[in-house]
Amino acid sequence: MKKFLLSSIIVIIGITFIGRLSYLQIFSFSPNQVFEDPAIKAIYDYPERGYIYDRNGELMVANQPAYDVMVIPREVKPLDTLEFCGLLGIDKEILIKKLNKARRYSPRLPSVLVHQLSKEDYASLQEKMRKYKGFYIQKRSLRYYTTNSGANVLGYISEVNEGDLAKNPYYVAGELTGRTGIEKQYEEILRGRKGVKYIQKDRFNRDIGPYKNGILDTLPEQGKEIRVTLDKILQEYGEKLMHGKRGGIVAIEPSSGEILALISGPSYDPALLVGRERSKNYSELHYDSISRPTWDRSILAEPSPGSPFKTLNALVALQEGVISEQTTIRCYNGFYVGNKKRGCHCGGGLRNMNSGIFKSCNAYFAGTFRKIYDKYSTTDEGMDVWEKHMKSFGLGQFLGYDLPTGRPGRIPNKAYYDRVYGDNRWSSSFIISNSIGQGEVATTPIQLANMTAAIANRGHYFTPHIIKKVNEDDITIPEFTDPKYTTIDKQHFDPVIKGMANVYKKGTARWLQVKGIEIAGKTGTVENYTKIDGERTQLTDHSVFVAFAPVDNPEIAIAVYIENGYYGSRYAGHIASLLIEKYLKGEITRKDLEKRMLEKSLEHEYAKPYSGEPFKINEYVW
Amino acid sequence: MSGKSVLKQIDWFSVLLYFLLVGIGWLNIYSSTFSENNPSMFDFGQLYGKQLLFIGVSVVAIIVILALEANFYERFSGLLYIIALLLLLGLFVFGKTIAGATSWYNMGFFNLQPSEFAKVATALAMAKYLSDIQTDIKRRKDQLYAFLIILIPALLIIPQPDPGSALVFFALIFVLFREGVPLFYLGIGLIAILIFITTLMFGTIWVGIFLALIIVLFLLLKRASFKVPVLPLISIFVLAVAFSLSVNFVFNSVFEQRHRDRFSLWLRLEKDPKKLEEIRKTIGYNTYQSEKAIESGGFFGKGFLEGTRTKGNFVPEQHTDYIFSTVGEEWGFLGTSAVIILFTILLLRLVHLAERQRGAFSRMYGYGVISILLIHYFINVGMVIGILPTIGIPLPFFSYGGSGLLFFTALLFIFLKLDVNRLNERF
Repeated sequence: MKKFLLSSIIVIIGITFIGRLSYLQIFSFSPNQVFEDPAIKAIYDYPERGYIYDRNGELMVANQPAYDVMVIPREVKPLDTLEFCGLLGIDKEILIKKLNKARRYSPRLPSVLVHQLSKEDYASLQEKMRKYKGFYIQKRSLRYYTTNSGANVLGYISEVNEGDLAKNPYYVAGELTGRTGIEKQYEEILRGRKGVKYIQKDRFNRDIGPYKNGILDTLPEQGKEIRVTLDKILQEYGEKLMHGKRGGIVAIEPSSGEILALISGPSYDPALLVGRERSKNYSELHYDSISRPTWDRSILAEPSPGSPFKTLNALVALQEGVISEQTTIRCYNGFYVGNKKRGCHCGGGLRNMNSGIFKSCNAYFAGTFRKIYDKYSTTDEGMDVWEKHMKSFGLGQFLGYDLPTGRPGRIPNKAYYDRVYGDNRWSSSFIISNSIGQGEVATTPIQLANMTAAIANRGHYFTPHIIKKVNEDDITIPEFTDPKYTTIDKQHFDPVIKGMANVYKKGTARWLQVKGIEIAGKTGTVENYTKIDGERTQLTDHSVFVAFAPVDNPEIAIAVYIENGYYGSRYAGHIASLLIEKYLKGEITRKDLEKRMLEKSLEHEYAKPYSGEPFKINEYVW
Repeated sequence: MSGKSVLKQIDWFSVLLYFLLVGIGWLNIYSSTFSENNPSMFDFGQLYGKQLLFIGVSVVAIIVILALEANFYERFSGLLYIIALLLLLGLFVFGKTIAGATSWYNMGFFNLQPSEFAKVATALAMAKYLSDIQTDIKRRKDQLYAFLIILIPALLIIPQPDPGSALVFFALIFVLFREGVPLFYLGIGLIAILIFITTLMFGTIWVGIFLALIIVLFLLLKRASFKVPVLPLISIFVLAVAFSLSVNFVFNSVFEQRHRDRFSLWLRLEKDPKKLEEIRKTIGYNTYQSEKAIESGGFFGKGFLEGTRTKGNFVPEQHTDYIFSTVGEEWGFLGTSAVIILFTILLLRLVHLAERQRGAFSRMYGYGVISILLIHYFINVGMVIGILPTIGIPLPFFSYGGSGLLFFTALLFIFLKLDVNRLNERF
């Protein structure tokens, strides 16, 4: 019996040990431990972020070196704080606060003590740095802009946050990622792939050589440079013209769908979001909730399109065969909805398609719109057909362009009206405003520009896009290189385009002609409202303009939307005409027109709703 | 007896296990003290080189041990014991201090640790005393003398200070149990340990309630004819509760904070994650790192010389007391369980050998050897894998250290020599 006591103890101990070991080595083991192993440190080698060029190969975004002062708290030895603070240019309290913060984050991992030193500070600090144990200077690469425009479309890069880290295992805290615009959209192409070197550390956190002789190490993969479709000169010029104005401008090359300019006003110098002042500048921009400079109006604003939408109604009516080019409708300085009269500024008289467009006759298009609906036995049916045609122009849905943000706009349909008014408690008179681009229709400037491009192409468009080349290779993305066809037959476009050309020749934009360029365009004046102290208040109309040129072989299609700019040809028309001239001719012949746009500001208009006093809208004097 | 018959009759199975353990141990010492700058295996300036030398010395010692007459050990056991005590005493005057403990004699080339020698000598002396015809283990007085043989070297070692090594001597009590001291003592000891642990974990009140429940259960299940020993039951209960209370007192008032921390770490008493983290970084650092290193090895291990935490010296004292963590990291569960199995087989084999001895001395010495090896192995591995509190004693045949290897070898091979000689033994 006693003989077996010792043997049993030996066996029981053995079983206990193996049990414990299987718990440790089989159940607690996680295969990802290489990344948690304190004995292995990954040192990253960051490739340079790819440059961004414009369509003509002009550099827009490059890189610049910056120097961060880093600290490893537990390696810090007592130091002359006074001198050190002097070198860094910070207060002692801030230094202590930052050191404590770094220590709380981790005593053995580096934290940033001072972001992005200037070159001068770096030079003076560098030679004295070795006196301060635990501190070192890390070189980083920041963006450098050769343009002061395009902030919203180019986007910016910033440090990854916890959300990014959770979403994408590629990133490590402290790395940079594209946050908006092109930088975000083409993040993976621009950033390349960082190289990693695994270093074996000892428990004092000292390097003692490569881990596994470096077989897991990878070399950095260079970031690719990209060429975007923007025209730097046009972009810069457009932003200059936007001085003091809010709104969006989108210019597209109809034959390819390439976005030539994507302008939002007000904008800001992209360099503001680089460097030491970055966070201060960012707050100022981000919290400016009135002019909202970081809100890209060219792709996010969704106002009603106004009269340019009439061209689409004309096309739908032609396609549906409910009118011909010669069909006339009489304008009584307005038209009736039930027994309520809605005004028109065309001057009245008999209108056909051509004069309906160039004089922007509301009555003509209300009548045309009714004819579309009257063709079908029910309003619902008519509406479905109308919606289908409109959507074929890329309206009422996301266009599918390669930028990270966007809005679908709205082409109201049966479901929409049922939701707003209740099931079937609405009729065609509710929706007549859509005939003139008011009411429930909403479009973003880029949708308007795309619609214009589709008209310019006589029936098809290419999805607008911003990427042109990666390294030196042209893109081969079918979504961008294959045409999308509208539901309107080609032959119906000519009458409409003739009308649009006459807008310049003898219509609402006749004083905006450019010598030697035949332009087709359409003005828009969009009623809009805001709430002041809970009361619906009308503001000065938005000025909208779409155009393309030259008429016969369009090279540019443009949509301009200026908030509270009053009638279409005033601000939007001017700007569109100047941009077309700039793009096609390279220079401006009408210096007075240009001067007026560069100088005129709408700030007084934007101040009105905030003045707290009654104000006039749509003032003729300017 | 000729050398030839020794080679014929020696228990080759044990010898094989011994060399396996020493060999595996050395590979792990090599790995944990290896540096890329010095890749030569025979560099005697490096710790692994030194250990290789010690292995050589041990082989020589084996030859000498096997060559000596078997009854030499029995005859000179008393003398060896006295020499051991003198050497331990001498430390107070001539001892060399390493890492705070005055446990070594400086022998020039290496440091001799007499407490390792004392283990062998005490095991021999114990066997000698118990096997003496005049000794009757049933007698209290003889039990006490036997206990003194253990106690004296232990008392000399404690103030070095090396309480871990001192603890090892008490393992020799197993020999007493084997030879007829009632298991009753062992039972009391185990119950005391149980009360000690449960008091720390759950508090005196729960221990009292639990004991009361057991007594009630006992009364309910007893045979009808059984007369209830009321007074003894009550006194047992009172004694147990009193012991439990005294545990609280000792723990809170006699122990120092570092002792308390060790226990609270071992029994997972600390629930506050902040304090736990603190303990892990201070008193529990070794255990924590060692557990992590073993865990990171997974099932297959990272491979020989590939243990990142071993290379980075994350586990302090890895080549000595924590050598088993190297096995865990580099050889994985396969390696650790293989080593556990090797030890288990060796110990079981030794039990088998001890039981087949005809002579009382050989048998008792055999039990002494098993007890000493077992307690080292149990406490060391238990500590390294985090189920026992930190007590710094080496893993036999594995840990780096000349004295340790030499005297563990002597301990084992004296027994194997006795085993060879068993047929000539008197009854």
